[in-house]
Amino acid sequence: MSVKQKKLIYNLVTIGLVAAAWLIFTLLLNHDAGVPRKERILSSSMKDQLIPICCWIVMAVSLNLVVGISGELSLGHAGFMSIGAFTGIVVSGWLLNGFAVEDATLRLVLAMVAGGLTAGIAGVLIGIPVLRLRGDYLAIVTLAFGEIIKNVLNCVYVAADGRHLNLGFINNNIAGTMLLNGPNGAKVKTIATVNAGFILVLITLVIVLNLINSRSGRAIMAVRDNRIAAESMGVPVTKYKMMAFVTAATLAGMAGALYGLNFATLLPTKFSFNESINVLVFVVLGGIGNILGSVISATALTILPEKLRFLQNYRMLVYAVVLIVVMLATNNRTIRAWFNTLSERLRPGKREEAKSHE
Amino acid sequence: MMAFLSNLVNGISLGSIYAIIALGYTMVYGIAKMLNFAHGDVIMVGAYIAFCAAQYWGFPPVLALLVAMAVCTLLGVTIEKLAYAPLRQATSLAVLITAIGMSYLLQNLALLIWGANPKVFPDLIGLGSIALFDGQLVVKGATLVTIAANIVIMVALTLFTARTKMGKAMRCVSEDRGAAELMGIHVNGTISLTFAIGSFLAAIAGFLLCSSYPVLQPTTGSMPGIKAFTAAVFGGIGSIPGAMVGGVLLGVIEILGKAYISTELGDAIVFAVLIIVLLVRPTGLMGKATREKV
Repeated sequence: MSVKQKKLIYNLVTIGLVAAAWLIFTLLLNHDAGVPRKERILSSSMKDQLIPICCWIVMAVSLNLVVGISGELSLGHAGFMSIGAFTGIVVSGWLLNGFAVEDATLRLVLAMVAGGLTAGIAGVLIGIPVLRLRGDYLAIVTLAFGEIIKNVLNCVYVAADGRHLNLGFINNNIAGTMLLNGPNGAKVKTIATVNAGFILVLITLVIVLNLINSRSGRAIMAVRDNRIAAESMGVPVTKYKMMAFVTAATLAGMAGALYGLNFATLLPTKFSFNESINVLVFVVLGGIGNILGSVISATALTILPEKLRFLQNYRMLVYAVVLIVVMLATNNRTIRAWFNTLSERLRPGKREEAKSHE
Repeated sequence: MMAFLSNLVNGISLGSIYAIIALGYTMVYGIAKMLNFAHGDVIMVGAYIAFCAAQYWGFPPVLALLVAMAVCTLLGVTIEKLAYAPLRQATSLAVLITAIGMSYLLQNLALLIWGANPKVFPDLIGLGSIALFDGQLVVKGATLVTIAANIVIMVALTLFTARTKMGKAMRCVSEDRGAAELMGIHVNGTISLTFAIGSFLAAIAGFLLCSSYPVLQPTTGSMPGIKAFTAAVFGGIGSIPGAMVGGVLLGVIEILGKAYISTELGDAIVFAVLIIVLLVRPTGLMGKATREKV
């Protein structure tokens, strides 16, 4: 099998899995809608988790584009989600209050587009200074931007007064229906739907997988593997780093808008450093640079803490231990070697193929 | 004017705490090339141990601090041996995630042992306040002790790394681990020693932090940890004087920013200054620029 065919199969499997999950959940939700509570297949906690899971998948895939494909460690990804979420809430509330747009789907779509756009613009503004730095310095500056976004959003007040939007910074004395209320967060009319979540995941996968397998994607990876060598071959480094960073920021903003419109209240402190780290954990556990891995690990690790609820106070403790043990196990030579022999035994053709290449 | 001086002293005091924590980050980074995210939580553990020793077991303050130091040193070395040492050959991101897992583990262990309710840290330093300029400037005892402790630690650590055999071994490992190993330096032992020193300092930092800001809960260490990490980068990560300068400057900027610009935006100001400094000097105030080759 050629490399090209392998990539195609990988992409089709990734997208196909999500599409299949969408189909299955739509069927299950349809089935559950008509029957009494006892006969439902999906538990209500599982149903409530579908949209957040979609959002975290998009976050993980987009962060993987930055960390895995572009090779820059970003610790502030939740900041873009935050911008998208609050933009989305404002746009949705403004459309409802000022323009009497009753159609929830239209509001959701516009809110997500607006969230993606503002987060993308923020990505450009932040990317210009950040991408000049390298390694851990870049990581700390993204962390700093994430904290600044959180801190500033904590001071922003927005109210819709008819068709006017009134803004207040630190000062909450503004007229109209409050949409954002500084540290008290936003009260939201929830309009997020599971379908929108799955569509967003599919769009994200198509964009990211296409980008990776395009000429630009190869340039991004060349810059990751060796910046100086790539530059001397005529690859404009900043342009391609920026492309990955801004794409990721835009997608995170869209996920944020969906996430924000899924909960009745949302506080700016929700999108803290810890959330950025959580997304990074999804990316690393799923495999750096592996998009399908991100999808699976984001799903599994969002469900896992919920499924561990029976452990009560020991829940996060177990989660932490799982995290450490998985990292130690996947980096242990003996276990790795064992897995390699296992996969060779299962697929005997692989060894011969490898040999014939030599 | 007096208000400014008072803020400045408080800023230097807070900055001294950041500096002591930042030393732990910067030394571990210099030698093991890893970001030890669990460091902030070691501070929290240190503070809890000192709290328990003083409050429940009735130890005198100095003994409470010593117990906290001993426990933290042991904890730091254990964490290194159990979680980080097996990952010596792994990618830096794998180590980072393990450190984050360790941070969660410590926080949740503390939550189980001591509960979520904040504890009020007793005034263990107990020096009262000193009034200067006819009582216009009041400086708390804890503030002065913090600043003094910072100076002592800095001098001791500088002498340690410059003069002693173990200190020299640490600098060698930090410069070139492979070459150090070839010269017969016990690399694993040196890394353990670094973690021991960092955690030892974390206990002191926890004690001082809670003496000045007496609210103790399982998340007490995280924000100072992030700020101190920022301070370490600010000064140039891997550099010991850099950690000191970065820490103190960060503390002063934070307190002055909160006092004169905006209380709500205090943290944002700190991080904005960090960004500006890194744009002008991409390797921090005292960091060494490394040349890249293909």
